[in-house]
Amino acid sequence: MKHLAFPVFFLLMVCGSVAFARFDTFVFETPQDEQRFKKLSAELRCLVCQNQNLADSNAELAMDLRRELYNMIKAGKSDAEIIDFMVVRYGDFVLYRPPVKPSTYVLWVGPLVLFVIGVVALVMFVRRRGDDVLAGGDLNSDEQNRLEGLLGKQNEKPHQKTGSGGKRKQK
Amino acid sequence: MLPELGNFALILAMIIALAQGIVPMIGAARGIPSWMAFARSAAWAQLSLLVFSFGILTYAFVTHDFSVAYVANHSNSALPLSYRISAVWGGHEGSLLLWVMLMSAWSTAVALFSKRLPLEMVARVLAVMGLIAAGFTSFVVFTSNPFDRYFPAPLDGRDLNPMLQDFGLIVHPPMLYMGYVGFSVAFAFAIAALLGGRLDAAWARWSRPWTIIAWVFLTLGIALGSWWAYYELGWGGWWFWDPVENASFLPWLVGTALMHSLAVSEKRSTFKSWTVLLAIFAFSLCLLGTFLVRSGVLTSVHAFASDPTRGVYILMLLGVVVGVSLVIYAWRAPQVKSAGNFALLSRETFLLGNNVLLVVATATILMGTLYPLILDALNLGKISVGPPYFNAVFVPLMIPLIVVLGIGPLSRWKQDDFGRLAKILRYALVVSLVLGVLWPWMLFGKLDLMVVVGATISIWLVACILLDLFYRIRHKSSFWKGLTSQPLSFYGMSLAHLGVAITVVGITFTSYYSLEKDLRMAPGDQLELGGYLFQFDGIRDAHGPNYTSTKGIISVTRDGKPVGTMYTEKRNYTVQQMPMTEAGIDPGLFRDLYVAMGEPLGDGGWAMRIYYKPFVRWIWLGSLFMAFGGILAASDRRYRLMARRKAGLDIDAKLATQES
Repeated sequence: MKHLAFPVFFLLMVCGSVAFARFDTFVFETPQDEQRFKKLSAELRCLVCQNQNLADSNAELAMDLRRELYNMIKAGKSDAEIIDFMVVRYGDFVLYRPPVKPSTYVLWVGPLVLFVIGVVALVMFVRRRGDDVLAGGDLNSDEQNRLEGLLGKQNEKPHQKTGSGGKRKQK
Repeated sequence: MLPELGNFALILAMIIALAQGIVPMIGAARGIPSWMAFARSAAWAQLSLLVFSFGILTYAFVTHDFSVAYVANHSNSALPLSYRISAVWGGHEGSLLLWVMLMSAWSTAVALFSKRLPLEMVARVLAVMGLIAAGFTSFVVFTSNPFDRYFPAPLDGRDLNPMLQDFGLIVHPPMLYMGYVGFSVAFAFAIAALLGGRLDAAWARWSRPWTIIAWVFLTLGIALGSWWAYYELGWGGWWFWDPVENASFLPWLVGTALMHSLAVSEKRSTFKSWTVLLAIFAFSLCLLGTFLVRSGVLTSVHAFASDPTRGVYILMLLGVVVGVSLVIYAWRAPQVKSAGNFALLSRETFLLGNNVLLVVATATILMGTLYPLILDALNLGKISVGPPYFNAVFVPLMIPLIVVLGIGPLSRWKQDDFGRLAKILRYALVVSLVLGVLWPWMLFGKLDLMVVVGATISIWLVACILLDLFYRIRHKSSFWKGLTSQPLSFYGMSLAHLGVAITVVGITFTSYYSLEKDLRMAPGDQLELGGYLFQFDGIRDAHGPNYTSTKGIISVTRDGKPVGTMYTEKRNYTVQQMPMTEAGIDPGLFRDLYVAMGEPLGDGGWAMRIYYKPFVRWIWLGSLFMAFGGILAASDRRYRLMARRKAGLDIDAKLATQES
């Protein structure tokens, strides 16, 4: 628990508090394989770390899994096969891209629903406001007086504030 | 003896904060001027006591007083002075002491720069801040006291975590905390305005500069954290969508929405109840972030349950703040009348669109951050929500935001004409579509859909900013006169928006065109990457004050011409027996070269990681533009008390006309 107590927000992602790099020196047959390795090791989670993907982790387990990943790619396994293998072995926790299933429906559909609600609310609100644009939207005189008063100019001759909308041509 | 004095000052500060929360509040309700005036003196007293307390803790670090448990856990006799000072906020207890000290600094700043506010308003604002300060100071005193002693005192300290022994970490937490607690000012103004029934344009004008300054600090804090992660962690990543990063990003997003909503509330006296709600949410998210980071709930729900004291305390604070403020909101907000009407096509609508997108993005990230915790707590299984998810949901929300961001400043308040806007914007559209393809293609020789989208919206934004400037000055007698007659807030806004474009370019190009290679290198070995030739020249031993190190030397050439020599280090910190990699970086405006050293592989060979990262600096450069834009906007003449005192509302009226 002790290492959790640091004030630094980004610290927690460092596995076991070791910012010491351990790089692999795998040799790939094709650049496509290398790309796949990078993509997969970035989307799979190091299971013993605070919050780190396989690519960035120094943990022994992560190094073993990277080697496993490398061997599977070399053996010609597809991405789906590799991911299935990892999920069977370690559960959904290993995936940084959560699978779509009943317990994650809210997660995947939520943003879209929120977006639609937001847009609908926006349009409804603006429609209501737009009904009588000509009714005048500048500060009303009460408010204007109060603004001027509060800003400390109570005793001076009140200025007519030229609201930006006021001098515009209106429909 | 001294640490006890520090502790005493801390307890006194807690009591004064409580008094600052209660006395002026009653004074404002009953109309007792002397009780209201107490708020200012209390803020000063609280700040003095906390600075004293903080000073004593710093002194304990500087003088190696290892009888203080916190010092013993976070320092060592070999630790250099600068890190001994920054170690004061290098752990939980000290960073919270910094939190409350900065909080009282904001209180005092409000007390100092509010001479022209009605006393009743000042009293309420400072009272709300006093109550929050009391909550957090008591948290420090009761659960996280930095002055606890060890007896007998250990001979030496356990040293500061080597990762924190770095310049980025000296400045990152104070910046971030200034932003976090800064939003308490916007929050306090909102609550005070609700309580006083004064939710008007004046309120919006008062709280706007405070909100902008808090936002500037948060922007810088996040950017510094990202920069630090980039060069210190040794993997060249700059954003991980880690819950602790999200904890700082969420208030930033809502704070951005708040700034824009305040603009409408000030200029058009509308959206007011929405603005108040955003102010409440922005600060609540700051508290939520504090809870997430401080409670340990992120390691696992179960770890939190096993030692819940601290977490529960912050959770209660969070609950009280959110609960009470929402009750006040529900009680008072229905009385708020929004005056301004506007058409579907108007600047109000674009700003509201900005708010909708930012709030949806916030809610999405919040959900993604908390979802695994909630599933786990409900025993519905353990899942991970990481960068693939966040990128998939966040990016589609930001694209329309940036498109709207370009149009907003060009549009008119209240009602605009589609034909007029279309006439102006068609140039921007053509330029951005053409350059959006050509620019990345000419630079990198290959394209990706997302690259074209990223480049197009960035150029669109820049084109819109330039058009805005053009239309503002074309009727002036001279170009120079046109430029100088624009208010600072206009330049602030434009610079900040330009910063967004710069950051988007940086993110896009770095994400799609970075090159990376992990390999074994023995002295003399070469690698060609991104047009650069990297040659490993060998290693050299070196010593630091509290570590030993092995330096790897890599010389870089391009087309046979030397570019520079890069040094990467593998350090071993002697006290904590912790190995650290220091990356070697050759920075540049258009590309970074990045070398990090891994383990020795025998026969003089070393594991190496080499990156070519185009435009990566633009990510942080854009943040600097945003922050500088914020500073300009907040120092606009109409916020400056002295100027207003001299020239009064003449200036206000003039500015209001200019800014249309």
